[in-house]
Amino acid sequence: MTRFRLPAWFALLLPAIIVLAAVVLIPLVLSLYSSFTSYRLTRPETLYNWIGTFNYEKAAKSAHFWSAFGRTVLLLTIALNLEMLLGLGLALLVNQVTYGQRALRTIMMFPMMFSPLLVGFQFKFIFNDNVGLVNNALQSIGFSNVAIPWLVDGQLAFFSILVAEMWSSTSVFAILILAGLFAVPRDPIEAAKVDGCTPWQSFRHITLPYIMPFIYIALAIRSLDVARAYDIVQIMTNGGPARRTELLWTLIGRTGYVDAKMGYANAMGYISIFLAIGFTIFFFRKLNAARAELGMGG
Amino acid sequence: MAQVNLRNVVKRFGPLQVVHGVDLDINDNEFVVLVGPSGCGKSTTLRMIAGLEAISEGEIAIGDRVVNDLPPRHRNISMVFQNYALYPHMSVRENLGFSLEIAKKPKAEIDKAVDEAAEILSLTDYMDRKPGALSGGQRQRVAMGRAIVRHPDVFLFDEPLSNLDAKLRTQMRTEIKKLHQKVNSTIVYVTHDQVEAMTLADRIVIMRDGYIEQVGTPLEVFEAPANTFVATFIGSPPMNLLTGRVAADMISLEGGLKVAVPDQYRANVSEGQDVVLGFRADNLMPVGHAMPMEGAFAELEMTVNLSEPLGTETLLFTSIADKEIQAKMLNPRPVASGEKLSFQLDLTRCHLFDAETQNSLRSN
Ligand SMILES: Nc1ncnc2c1ncn2[C@@H]1O[C@H](COP(=O)(O)OP(=O)(O)OP(=O)(O)O)[C@@H](O)[C@H]1O
Ligand SMILES: [Mg+2]
Repeated sequence: MTRFRLPAWFALLLPAIIVLAAVVLIPLVLSLYSSFTSYRLTRPETLYNWIGTFNYEKAAKSAHFWSAFGRTVLLLTIALNLEMLLGLGLALLVNQVTYGQRALRTIMMFPMMFSPLLVGFQFKFIFNDNVGLVNNALQSIGFSNVAIPWLVDGQLAFFSILVAEMWSSTSVFAILILAGLFAVPRDPIEAAKVDGCTPWQSFRHITLPYIMPFIYIALAIRSLDVARAYDIVQIMTNGGPARRTELLWTLIGRTGYVDAKMGYANAMGYISIFLAIGFTIFFFRKLNAARAELGMGG
Repeated sequence: MAQVNLRNVVKRFGPLQVVHGVDLDINDNEFVVLVGPSGCGKSTTLRMIAGLEAISEGEIAIGDRVVNDLPPRHRNISMVFQNYALYPHMSVRENLGFSLEIAKKPKAEIDKAVDEAAEILSLTDYMDRKPGALSGGQRQRVAMGRAIVRHPDVFLFDEPLSNLDAKLRTQMRTEIKKLHQKVNSTIVYVTHDQVEAMTLADRIVIMRDGYIEQVGTPLEVFEAPANTFVATFIGSPPMNLLTGRVAADMISLEGGLKVAVPDQYRANVSEGQDVVLGFRADNLMPVGHAMPMEGAFAELEMTVNLSEPLGTETLLFTSIADKEIQAKMLNPRPVASGEKLSFQLDLTRCHLFDAETQNSLRSN
């Protein structure tokens, strides 16, 4: 009788496979499975109650879900565009600085060092209608004499959240774009100057194509960030008041943990993930195109 | 069409001064080559003419305009960079037409100029490729094409051939020469290759450590070097130099050798003066292997340390007082190391420099 032995490559990979299975595969399969059941956290036996695609149909028909979905896309679009422009501007300014640039770069990263929870609390205070910094400032310069309900009015609350998001994450763009600017070779820029370009034209025609890949990387990273935005909104408005700032993940979080409808929450989660995947694919396509443009290979 | 004038141009990087008051007048349509060892300030000077580097002191004029404060785009110059500096995201066609595009020239005119340049430089087959898909020589031609489409007043070249292999370099050298005859523009060309300088230039400017050492036609700087630096820098192999002292119309050289003061220098030396005698390998030949010499020559016996056959001639490496001396053997025969030979030194073609200033003692 020959003794059975695992092939060496399999034996070597086994620990990794076990770990991956434990932390990725099992939760993934379990959550996917539970989205087809009426699983409620409070009644564990419902995990075995198979209801087919009912949860998905429910989500697809839910106005709450789609308005949260739409609002997330809106936040993502606005935040990413503004952060990109601001980050670009910031990076260009810092790139011009010759003395003390290191210190400036470090300072620029400060917002990234705070937990989003703290950022949420801070902006909740800043935009508070009674004791908040913004209202106090507006009132003391005589710009307004009423308490503006920053976090209560739907559109103002959305704006406030946007500001908090941008404050905490514009530096992601600034840092990555600055890295891109460092990588721009000097020669083509000088050639452009000699070829008659104004500073704006050399930026537009030479610098920008060089930093586009960096911009797309930042966009891809940040689109995933915003698509799963939860903490800042949770703290500042808790998706409210009356769902006026509800985003996908505040809705899913509440459905799963507050209402305990885990099966339904997981179904919505799986639909939302397609949003994130969609944006990621989109930006990576753009990234590859921009790199191919520069002759860096696809 | 324009002349270029540099008046006492100084360049400092912070406290470090790298160009020390350069004066240079370049005529309209002239092909001037700046040559010198690495780090002597050639590129810096060229970049000041281009406007890519601020001028610390002095004045640069192109045509009749002082351009000190003009940005490059207002100087009507073209520049070819050492590593081409092509725009990697543009096709060859776009690279060539970019400057005209920026100048908002009509489409038809751009196409015409681009096609013309592509024709001159045989680039027509690569027009839609990106620079990344071109060989070094092709990229180099694109860089030149980009410069010529604009019909600038002045062309500036910064070592455009240094990245090419020897064969391509020779070929492109001829192309540039032809180009100059065709486009009829003022050209300032930087190189550290003295062969390139000799073959291309109307006039050569030899620089060292931020100073101009000599300006002259290729023949002038070869035949009448102003100092020992130019003498050793121009010409290959470099000129042999031996120090000595003048005594009674003779120069006693190191190693105990004595030669007569060459006639053409006799009036300019004084008794007891320390001098440097310079002569090229072409003027030191083994007896029997050269044209019979007329006029003044010295005869010396030396041991050959090494020989380097080049085909039609052989370079012989010998030494005097531990200094390497190179001689040339025409109609060569095999020479073994250690062989003793009699050499003739053509005194009429010798150079004499002052040992202290290193400047030529030639009367001009
Ligand atoms: N941006 C700079 N800052 C400080 N020093 C510089 C700068 N650019 C050049 N230099 C110095 O100026 C001197 C001249 O440089 P330059 O580039 O003109 O030399 P070059 O003659 O072109 O040499 P090469 O043949 O190697 O290109 C060098 O000693 C160099 O170190
Ligand atoms: Mg240089």
